[in-house]
Amino acid sequence: MNKVLLGLVLGALLGAIDGSTAWFTPAVRAQLAGIIVGSTIKGLIAGVAAGIFARKVNSVTLGVLFGLAVGFALAFLVAYLQHGYYLEIILPGSIVGMIVGYATQKYGMTPATAP
Amino acid sequence: MRHISDKALTRLRNSAALPDLSGTRYRLLGQVARGGMGTVYAAQDEPLQRRVALKVLEVPGSEGELANRLMREARVLARLEHPGIVPVHDVGTLADGRVFYTMKFVEGQRLDKYIESLASIPDRLRILLRICDAVAFAHMRGVLHRDLKPANVMVGSFGEVLVMDWGLAKILADAPETEACNPAAAILHSPGNRQKDATVSGITGHGRVMGTQGYMSPEQARGEIESLDARSDIFSLGALLRFLLSDKLPLRSPARPYRSLEAICAKACEQKREGRYATVQELAMDISRYLEGLAVAAHRESIFEKLGRSYRRYRFFIFLIAAYLLTRVILLLVFKHGR
Repeated sequence: MNKVLLGLVLGALLGAIDGSTAWFTPAVRAQLAGIIVGSTIKGLIAGVAAGIFARKVNSVTLGVLFGLAVGFALAFLVAYLQHGYYLEIILPGSIVGMIVGYATQKYGMTPATAP
Repeated sequence: MRHISDKALTRLRNSAALPDLSGTRYRLLGQVARGGMGTVYAAQDEPLQRRVALKVLEVPGSEGELANRLMREARVLARLEHPGIVPVHDVGTLADGRVFYTMKFVEGQRLDKYIESLASIPDRLRILLRICDAVAFAHMRGVLHRDLKPANVMVGSFGEVLVMDWGLAKILADAPETEACNPAAAILHSPGNRQKDATVSGITGHGRVMGTQGYMSPEQARGEIESLDARSDIFSLGALLRFLLSDKLPLRSPARPYRSLEAICAKACEQKREGRYATVQELAMDISRYLEGLAVAAHRESIFEKLGRSYRRYRFFIFLIAAYLLTRVILLLVFKHGR
């Protein structure tokens, strides 16, 4: 799977799983569907960004740091818009960014260049 | 009558042995090495202003067996244009009648010296992969090296790996022109010059034994010249791998050879060639797979070995997932009681 597609799929999947953990917080359980959709979109954006970065820069360390930065930024934005749950959203969101950043660098395929 | 001193005699002998480069484009710089049939000198290519290695036959004459062999070696090198094989530049006869050829002057270290500074097994394996690449190319061009050993691999100052000394090479495609019908071409390194490498010289029932003990295949050691194929070089590559895995590895090296690497070695060095890898590419593929943390064809893993390998391959990924799950659990526990 190419780096961008891998980032997209993994980001969306991890985003959806991350969002669904809101079920364990009874206070927000009523908005679960919205949280899952939002979290999936957040993961998807982070994944695509990490995939594009992995195509341009071939470094696992930089990939992980980029994923962390993107994950942090997007999670912060979501928490800011929600006016709360900063730690619960930012901390796991950043780790999801790192996972996607690492996976795209390590396991994503570079498209073959034309001869 | 005046006697000449031993010292003066030695000096005279040495200067008489120096090649006469008059009438050529080269200027002699000094002796580099002495081989079985010739001596290698450093020379300056005057028109191009570059240093070259000049291999000159010990004895004059362009018709003899050794001359034919040197010419053949130059022709073998000429057909092998590859970044991992030292390129030949020129061939000819000197004013003193000796046959010569020039090749790229490689500044670097022999593999056996170079690996003393190379502690990690993956780094050593990457060098072997580059040797495999050059040998696979030679096989594709119908040439067997037949004397692969650490002393015949040079690592340049920029890390380039070059397979040297194709003096024993066998051309498979047009074998009738080679030693099969020309015994002169099958002359071995003279024992006196190659004692350090324990090169064997002798005659067996089928033909001459050529190569280096410990690195040549059993069929090569038996002198079965006609039946040698790529699997003979594969045996030598396996022996090279064994050397790279065993030589001067630090005792506390975190990456001591695993069973799969030992299995690759064993498969490449099978006594019966039918049991070896069929091509150098197959051997290289297994080494690459080992480097990437994948299962190798030479070794059937137990479930525990599989798990161990998967853990080593994905450990950072596993760590990140574990960190995520742990964070989620901690946050859940903390905020469940906090809010």
